[in-house]
Amino acid sequence: MAAAPPHVAYVAERFYDDEAPPPSTVGFTAWLRENLFSSPLNSALTVISVTLLALYLPGLFQWAVTHSVWNASSLRECRAIMDASFGEGVRGACWAVINERFMQLIYGFYPSALRWRPNIAFVLLLIAMIPVLFETMRSLLWIAGGGLAIKAATTVVSLAQGDGFGPLQSPTTYFMVGALVLAYFFGGREHRRKWLILSALFPVIAYFLLWGGAFGLDRVPSSRFGGFLLTMIIGVTGIAASLPIGIALALGRRSDMVFIRSISVMFIEFIRGVPLITLLFVASTLLNYFLPPGTEFDLILRVLIMVTLFASAYMAEVVRGGLAALPKGQYEAADAMGLTYWQSMRLIILPQALKISIPGIVNTFIGLFKDTTLVAVIGLLDPLGLTNPIRADSNWNGIVWELYGFIGFVFFLFCWGMSQYSMFLERKLRAGDRR
Amino acid sequence: MSVIAEPPRESFRVDMLWNDARYRSTFIQIVALILVLTAVGWIVNNVVGNLARLGKDFNFAFLRAPASYDINQTLIAYTSQSTHARAALVGILNTLLIAVLGCAAATAIGVIAGVLRLSKNWIVARLMTVFVEGFRNVPLLIWILMVMAAVNESLPAPRAATPTLGGALVATNRGVYIPAPVWGDGSWFVVAAFLLSLVAIWFWRRHARLKQEATGEQSPVLAVGLALFFIPSLIVYFITGMPITLEYPELQGFNFRGGIFMRDSLVALWLALSFYTGAFIAENVRGGILSVSHGQTEAAFALGLRPNRTMQLIILPQALRVIIPPLISQYLNLTKNSSLAIAVGYMDVTATLGRITLNQTGRAMESILLLMVFYLCVSLTISSVMNWYNSRVKLVER
Amino acid sequence: MKTKLLIGALALAGAGAASAQTLDTVRARGVLNCGVSTGVAGFSYIDADGEWDGFDVAVCRAVAAAIFDDPSAVEFTPTTGATRFEALNSGEVDMLSRNTTWTFSRDVDLRLEFVGVNYYDGQGFMVPASLGVTSAMELDGATVCIQTGTTTELNLADFFRANNMSYEPVPIETNAEAQQRYLANACDVYTTDVSGLAATRSTFEDPSAHVILPEIISKEPLGPVVREDDPAWVNLVRWVFQGLIIAEEKGVTSENVAELASAPTDDPETNRLLGTEGAFGEMLNLTNDFMVRAISAVGNYGEIFEAHIGVDTPVGLERGLNALYTDGGILYAPPFR
Repeated sequence: MAAAPPHVAYVAERFYDDEAPPPSTVGFTAWLRENLFSSPLNSALTVISVTLLALYLPGLFQWAVTHSVWNASSLRECRAIMDASFGEGVRGACWAVINERFMQLIYGFYPSALRWRPNIAFVLLLIAMIPVLFETMRSLLWIAGGGLAIKAATTVVSLAQGDGFGPLQSPTTYFMVGALVLAYFFGGREHRRKWLILSALFPVIAYFLLWGGAFGLDRVPSSRFGGFLLTMIIGVTGIAASLPIGIALALGRRSDMVFIRSISVMFIEFIRGVPLITLLFVASTLLNYFLPPGTEFDLILRVLIMVTLFASAYMAEVVRGGLAALPKGQYEAADAMGLTYWQSMRLIILPQALKISIPGIVNTFIGLFKDTTLVAVIGLLDPLGLTNPIRADSNWNGIVWELYGFIGFVFFLFCWGMSQYSMFLERKLRAGDRR
Repeated sequence: MSVIAEPPRESFRVDMLWNDARYRSTFIQIVALILVLTAVGWIVNNVVGNLARLGKDFNFAFLRAPASYDINQTLIAYTSQSTHARAALVGILNTLLIAVLGCAAATAIGVIAGVLRLSKNWIVARLMTVFVEGFRNVPLLIWILMVMAAVNESLPAPRAATPTLGGALVATNRGVYIPAPVWGDGSWFVVAAFLLSLVAIWFWRRHARLKQEATGEQSPVLAVGLALFFIPSLIVYFITGMPITLEYPELQGFNFRGGIFMRDSLVALWLALSFYTGAFIAENVRGGILSVSHGQTEAAFALGLRPNRTMQLIILPQALRVIIPPLISQYLNLTKNSSLAIAVGYMDVTATLGRITLNQTGRAMESILLLMVFYLCVSLTISSVMNWYNSRVKLVER
Repeated sequence: MKTKLLIGALALAGAGAASAQTLDTVRARGVLNCGVSTGVAGFSYIDADGEWDGFDVAVCRAVAAAIFDDPSAVEFTPTTGATRFEALNSGEVDMLSRNTTWTFSRDVDLRLEFVGVNYYDGQGFMVPASLGVTSAMELDGATVCIQTGTTTELNLADFFRANNMSYEPVPIETNAEAQQRYLANACDVYTTDVSGLAATRSTFEDPSAHVILPEIISKEPLGPVVREDDPAWVNLVRWVFQGLIIAEEKGVTSENVAELASAPTDDPETNRLLGTEGAFGEMLNLTNDFMVRAISAVGNYGEIFEAHIGVDTPVGLERGLNALYTDGGILYAPPFR
């Protein structure tokens, strides 16, 4: 056993415990100091922001939540209820209008007995997207399970109101149970190809589901389409149909062939140079002149055509960005392998370029999705267009904020969700490249 | 047996058209040309047939007919007896007005929001995130309608409105009134002095830059510039006896009169467009600043540059190269989006030529064609500016 | 996917046909396509069940009933002042029944055919009573809300120019939007057809706080419109519509029409109208009892008026000019013979 070390003045003889850091650098105060009051300018900004929030947030909250009315049949009744329960002249949100017209805002005038068709089309859309975006079908379990949970909840409500098992006995339920079973047994990576066939067939299936007219489905004229259903139809068709055209245009724009290139450039620059609204005017007033006499396209189909052309120009630029971002070595390697132009595009270039472009494609979709509201200007009854007939109803005359607020909120949820997804993808791609 | 034979001189076969590189590109282009010409011919044929069937023709004579409707915001003289062409011109000027106002405000909002979003201040950064995400993810049309409703519903009617800022600013639900300058005798002296001092500022800056490049000495650019900006003009203004006065809005009859009137539709459109575009610009600005690596700042500090010089000489020039191209395309978007003016009744070119003239004359094809040509011209102008800028910064890049 | 859609679209388009056989097209399609306005209280609006209803809508339903014996065999296309004529000209709708003024240039230049007048109207002004304005001549300098793309816009310009007054036009796309601005006091005056003003006023929280000024500055005969290139179709719509007026004249209502049609009555014109005498329906390529179906579906003109915009409804319009000529109005249908 060694002897005790000799005492040296500058050597510590025992192990000192850690001192607590100074109170000003830890905990809440430190956080405040660092994040809110680090400099005079910062402090001023903090004070201004907090004051503004304190001024407006409580009022907004009161209007939207505490002083709101959910059940009434007219604005007049809403106001009466507010006068009675919150005091004379106190005004809150009359969400009753959303409550009453909710189904109209979602489906437009789609016959209520047939609303399972858009429902299934929507679920099918999600299913068709999974194999494109993911390797396995695992997410389908969640989607179908979630859908069934919603069904179960509505059934419980319906039972409580004494309406029986109505909601449960709908084609949607059977469909989702089927999807759940399929996803469970055939959800693996090895089956992805088969699911991709479904994705490719989706447009046809969706067309017949929504419009009907074959396979024993009643025809639904497109003047009955409206609300967010119409938004989805225009947005999804626009993006899906514009992808192949956009790829062709992007390839054309990068081609060596002068004529092909100039045609592509002219088309892209023309479409990108004019506002969508003028293209919609073309759809609503001129497109019929461009077709043989007697051709009768309904307005929604004409709008779909113009929106597709519009989106494909933007899509072409996104894909072109992807093509340009690809290292030149990839092109040269493909040529060196002796692949033909189409082989190299199909096997080497496009798979990589499209992968890089996905965030851009999602952003284009977000933009297009927001732009669908413009169809209200030419008289289609998308959610924004529906606000007019709703406000023309004498019951809801004078209602403004509730409708715009609700529609804006739904759009926000969709677009924000998608933009988060696109950012997640971008991060993932960047991480993949880093390796 | 190894006879090296002359490769047989191939005679031309049909499949060489798409297999042989010598003919392929020509062949494809000719096919494409034929397809395009057929499509165009088909469309033209249909148009002619349809017009004949409806007994309509295609000509622009309607532009010379009296418009017979009134426009509430006219930057040039216009009455309901003016022609449709003049109505379209009034609309074009209104479009350009909202585009210029919108671009200026959107840039200011975007730069502030983009910088503040990077702020270390927790609450400010969060607020700016909410602002940017909120505006970016809700359709512009909804914003325009909501701002319009806010102006109409929350501001007082003219007769209930009280002027603020000593009578200078009147905010009513029909619009905002601000004082208008009245140019009296001799006011051109003041204007001339002002323009001259702008030229002087430019020369001083140039001189300062050259001097710094030559000797490394810095001159006080900002202080001298500010002094030049204000002092000569003010001196001339007082010497000539204050020729420029302000006209204040006053309540007369139904509305305020006098001053500059910014209509509710203009205000709503302006605010909505600039906040919406500003949110996008904020993201560009943020991305631009983040794109300059931190090493640049540290290197500048290591060289002994002070923080503001670092920002001015090192960070900004590099960030701007990333920021400006998307910024210009945002300007382009804003200009195109200004066509949503019809939703709130702002009389831009879409509303006059594309809507009222179209309705009153039934000349859909001609009106929409002219409308598209106008927007195309604006877009091509803006994108050629962008291309010019891009090629300039590319040279610098090496 | 694009081509798939196009094939589907072309298949749909195949159902369409040249404009000259509108009736055949409608029959093949199984529904009548009818353009209505995007919403004017009493004239056309959507109820909570998503069904269109109103004074203008009833005319569409009458025509559908005359063709199909089913007043619900109509697809309604909401049109704005701006899109209505293109919708009709392009064949998207078979007829328009929305407040559309019969004018020379629309009849001649736009190649439309007005089949009659279902409402004699005139442009007027509505102001808040608190303004204290009693005549349109006092409106110098006022801010006026107005729907764009309509004749009201032109009338307004003419009126103020003729009276040497200034005004500030606020052009607005839809009635709902105009109402909101007017109620928020963002304009002093709202101008449109008097029927529209009354309909709009009826929906206000306090209708008595608004007055409609006495000046009527224009003639606005509003009526259903069709394309002029198919005379057979013009005749069909015209006589279904005129039949509704004759029915009121002859006292045929939705209640007694079945009884009156079961056997010839003493009145020859009633008999011809209801198909118990002559073969008028067949001349229109319909069955002879087409008016029986139309009337039993929507009632006669008077019934339609009272049900949607009459004094007992919130809109509360008097018959006025729109009474039968026998009752002091100017509603005068040509004889059914």
